[in-house]
Amino acid sequence: MIEVENLTKHYGQHVALDGITFAVGHGEVVGFLGPNGAGKSTTMRILTTFLAATSGSVHIGGDCVFERPNQVRSRIGYMPENNPLPIDLRARDYLVFRAQLKHLSKDMATKRVDEVVEQCGISNEENRYIGQLSRGYRQRVGMADALLANPELIILDEPTSGLDPNQVRSVRSLIRKLAGKHTVLISSHILSEIEMTCDRVIILHEGKLLASGEMNKLISKSNSKVVAEIRAPLIDIKNWVNEIALEDSELIEQKNGYVRCQFSGTKNNDAREQIFATVNERGWELRELSRHTPSLEDLFVSLTNGKEGNR
Amino acid sequence: MNIFRALIRRELSMFFQGPTGFIIISAVLFLISLGFLVVLYGLNGEATPMPVTQIFYETYFFWLILLLIAPAITMRSFAMERASGTYESLMTAPVGDWQVVLSKFTGALIFYMILWTPLLVCSIVVRFYVGESAVLGFGTMFTTSMGILMIGSLYVSIGCFASALTQNQAVAAVGSFAIGAALFFTGFFSYFSGDRTDFFSLLARHISLANHMESFTRGILDLGAIIFFLSLTSLFLYLTHKVVESRRWK
Ligand SMILES: Nc1ncnc2c1ncn2[C@@H]1O[C@H](COP(=O)(O)OP(=O)(O)O)[C@@H](O)[C@H]1O
Ligand SMILES: [Mg+2]
Repeated sequence: MIEVENLTKHYGQHVALDGITFAVGHGEVVGFLGPNGAGKSTTMRILTTFLAATSGSVHIGGDCVFERPNQVRSRIGYMPENNPLPIDLRARDYLVFRAQLKHLSKDMATKRVDEVVEQCGISNEENRYIGQLSRGYRQRVGMADALLANPELIILDEPTSGLDPNQVRSVRSLIRKLAGKHTVLISSHILSEIEMTCDRVIILHEGKLLASGEMNKLISKSNSKVVAEIRAPLIDIKNWVNEIALEDSELIEQKNGYVRCQFSGTKNNDAREQIFATVNERGWELRELSRHTPSLEDLFVSLTNGKEGNR
Repeated sequence: MNIFRALIRRELSMFFQGPTGFIIISAVLFLISLGFLVVLYGLNGEATPMPVTQIFYETYFFWLILLLIAPAITMRSFAMERASGTYESLMTAPVGDWQVVLSKFTGALIFYMILWTPLLVCSIVVRFYVGESAVLGFGTMFTTSMGILMIGSLYVSIGCFASALTQNQAVAAVGSFAIGAALFFTGFFSYFSGDRTDFFSLLARHISLANHMESFTRGILDLGAIIFFLSLTSLFLYLTHKVVESRRWK
């Protein structure tokens, strides 16, 4: 569906994208992950034909975005960053207007607007001015617009940014429902966000492609931290930790005789089973045993460290 | 065509978003009435061989309206959409750059022509009171409207061009006022240059908007003037299209 090769974009002197190559297949839900300024929006603007690239090639459904922009545009439903909408229109009127721009006939436009209004849950608010809608509802209007022409490819730039947790949850479930029927590309700077909605992730950092692949494989490659709170004499725990030789362990004494043990650097195997077995065997008490998925920062540290180590 | 109509309707609805459109309408209404007071005052005295439209046009109000109104109408056309970000969703919908440029231009031009309707009403009132067709024939009214349309297309296209260059509406307004005023005053210079035939005087005479407009108000449909206005309008629309397209240049 999407083929990007050696994509480079310069804004004047500033290099926003530096030779990115990736591909997205039909029906995949792919997340674009990276901190602010990584180049996610720039890539999406090039994919949607809004901007031209400095060099490199981009094909969507086989059509080059630079040479056949209108074919590409009719394949894509796009919600730009910050979801810009005209505040002076009623939600429904806006969607009808957008349907006309997307070449839907009058009957078809009415039908599709009804459908997306239903699908995105804006039936109760469709006759209110967009300027009066809450952020969550505006986001749904933006998504409804992206879905209007039933496009093969849906591109959403930070669809959950600025929403409260409930709204985030509803947007997320909407995105998940799109999977299978459409190819979806969403961007986010929050790792858990992408983890929850996407099959595959593409990680950008300062305009470079850092990693790409299945989310859980990437996470398991990085430092995930295991935490256990155990009630046992500190000295026993220390001996045991040395015995099993877990890397980078940190022991902190808590109230009521508990010791908080943090193990990081358990790169390849999950230490939880081993810990539980020991605790059971020795008759210690356990009140917490958990594995913390790394934050985006942790993931970056592990990904970039590997690279810098090679240099 | 369907898309074009939808785009123009959207453009027109944007003029009535907030008070701006109504402020522009009241300002023009005020200036036209003021100009007409001057005209009526003139008619009150002796009979004049000039058509009313020409008298009106020779008051300064006509030019004042033209120079101020076109920038006020067009400043928002591209600049506002760029500032609010809706430009991105507009340009990533399957519409062509030309469709966008022409619909913004046409929308602004329609609004501009609506602004002039009070002049038509005033003229008809005068005609009924005077009852003399020499003062204002329907032919003269038609050619005057043509003239207003022609000169309006030029100023609206200049405004669209200035608006496409920036995302700041104030900058767009000042820019299009500056280009419009420069054009107007270059032509104005031809009044002082007399019969001189140096390059600048000839140029000034050729682009004198006042000269071109005058024949329209006297009831003459001047082909040269029409070609002049249409070609300059096309030039500015072409430049606007180039600016719109430039975001996709490598
Ligand atoms: N129009 C622009 N002009 C100049 N620099 C820009 C422009 N848009 C983005 N940038 C720069 O390009 C880099 C990538 O930006 P962006 O694609 O918006 O990142 P992201 O969406 O991942 O936060 C940033 O350093 C940003 O400052
Ligand atoms: Mg961004």
